[in-house]
Amino acid sequence: MNPFVLLVARDLKLAWREGGAVFTALGFYLAVVAMLPFGLGPDLNLLSRIAPGVLWVALLLSALLSVDRIFHNDFEDGALEPMAGGPLPLELVAAAKSLAHWLSTGLPLVLAAPLLGLLLNLPSEAYGMLMLTMLVGTPAVSFIGSIGAALTLGLRRGGLLLSLLILPLQVPVLIFAVSAVTVSVTGPGSPLPALAILAALSLASMVLAPLAAAAAIRMNLQ
Amino acid sequence: MPDLGPHASFIWLAYGAAVVVLAGLVAWLRADLRAQQALLTELESSLTRGRSAKPRSGRRKPTGKRTKDRKP
Amino acid sequence: MQKYANPTRFMTFSGAVLPWLTAAAALLLAVGLYLAFFVAPPDYQQGQTVKIMFIHVPSAWLAMLGYTVIAVSAFTSLVWRHPLADVSAKAAAPIGAAFTLLALVTGMLWGKPMWGTYWVWDARLTSVLVLFLLYLGLIAIWQAIEEPSRAGRAAAILALVGFVNVPIIKFSVDWWNTLHQPASVARLGGPAIHPTILMPLLVMAVALTCLFFVLHMTAMRTEILKRRISALRLRQVTDAAGA
Repeated sequence: MNPFVLLVARDLKLAWREGGAVFTALGFYLAVVAMLPFGLGPDLNLLSRIAPGVLWVALLLSALLSVDRIFHNDFEDGALEPMAGGPLPLELVAAAKSLAHWLSTGLPLVLAAPLLGLLLNLPSEAYGMLMLTMLVGTPAVSFIGSIGAALTLGLRRGGLLLSLLILPLQVPVLIFAVSAVTVSVTGPGSPLPALAILAALSLASMVLAPLAAAAAIRMNLQ
Repeated sequence: MPDLGPHASFIWLAYGAAVVVLAGLVAWLRADLRAQQALLTELESSLTRGRSAKPRSGRRKPTGKRTKDRKP
Repeated sequence: MQKYANPTRFMTFSGAVLPWLTAAAALLLAVGLYLAFFVAPPDYQQGQTVKIMFIHVPSAWLAMLGYTVIAVSAFTSLVWRHPLADVSAKAAAPIGAAFTLLALVTGMLWGKPMWGTYWVWDARLTSVLVLFLLYLGLIAIWQAIEEPSRAGRAAAILALVGFVNVPIIKFSVDWWNTLHQPASVARLGGPAIHPTILMPLLVMAVALTCLFFVLHMTAMRTEILKRRISALRLRQVTDAAGA
């Protein structure tokens, strides 16, 4: 089997065994969404209007929490260095690990979103498009996040710095994802342009982010 | 000075903010530069003092590069 | 030593240029302020508050110029490992951030009389806010990594990633803004700009750009000195160890 697939499978196995990190991310997602009504009041009309945005922002924050795992454990164990010299170019190593993160952490968050949508009285017409934007957009979240993870390897308080670095870069993903959902519910026009741009952003990040992440890893390995 | 209209305070505040930010920046950068210049002359003189006590090959220019990372 | 000759040459070059550039900046600022307060007429729509534009617009331009300087320096640092490139990027970051902050503050003060509220999520202010966050990230990463050349490399990667994202962010914020704002919001700057408004704007822009480069060169000189000091301190330690 080719080394890329092997690496993805290995990271998935590790994430499955570790388990805790994914559940922490899911728990955080629930906690943040649950906080909203305490801050804003239980008015279901208000909540349903802001639900798509809240679900996306909370997902972003939860994913941010988990993203430094992409390289951290292997870096600490000293396993990144042989990977850098191995049969797979470091860029593909970064891509494989980011993909594994999306599959192991991003997708569970996406699956949790509709349940949390119930808490926020998400309009029923919005569920489909919400899921679609999340499926299309969360790869970008993982891949752009991997850049921050690679840059902050081995730093104390790296997690906070990571958030500051990554959140501004996620703004376009957030804008187009929520735009697609809102437009599909209230109009005007079609959500397809926003969705198409979101897809383009995800695809671009899957190609370009590993380049930056690999450069950052190389810098950190020296 | 012409009449600055009903919102004159906003105009003053804006220009005032510019003065504060830019003058602050100028002051900070100049102070930093002077501090480093003072440190440098002090260090250089202490090194030559130390050097004159021991025989050493000629004075090499500092490279300023590749200081080892001191983190464990 | 070829590698060290560049910083020394830069110190000589900047030492010669700085007095002239500073004088030019001061002179242009004086001219610009005079034009702004005594020549520029009130705008038919905004009244005298249009004078805030003479600070706000150049600050916004410099916010973007600063980031471009950082991105170019970052690219030079990563591709050619030019010793001054890191210094240039590190020096530019706080200066660019200061101009970005100034653009935000003056934008808020301009917006309050015009729109009745201090903050508006219009496309321009929002993009500048995101740019400010990008600057903060750069400054934070310079602070977080101790070893200067590694910090330089990390910051360079981040700067280039951010630079590629800036047009995307701008595009997405424009998109978002047209979705949420009614089209009747008054455009900043209004219709075609009259020369009596354009002249002070251009003079202030050039003046503040000169100031930017005065500050940039000063900060570069300081950073070069810091690196020399660091090397000398290392020599002090090794000298003492070898005694």
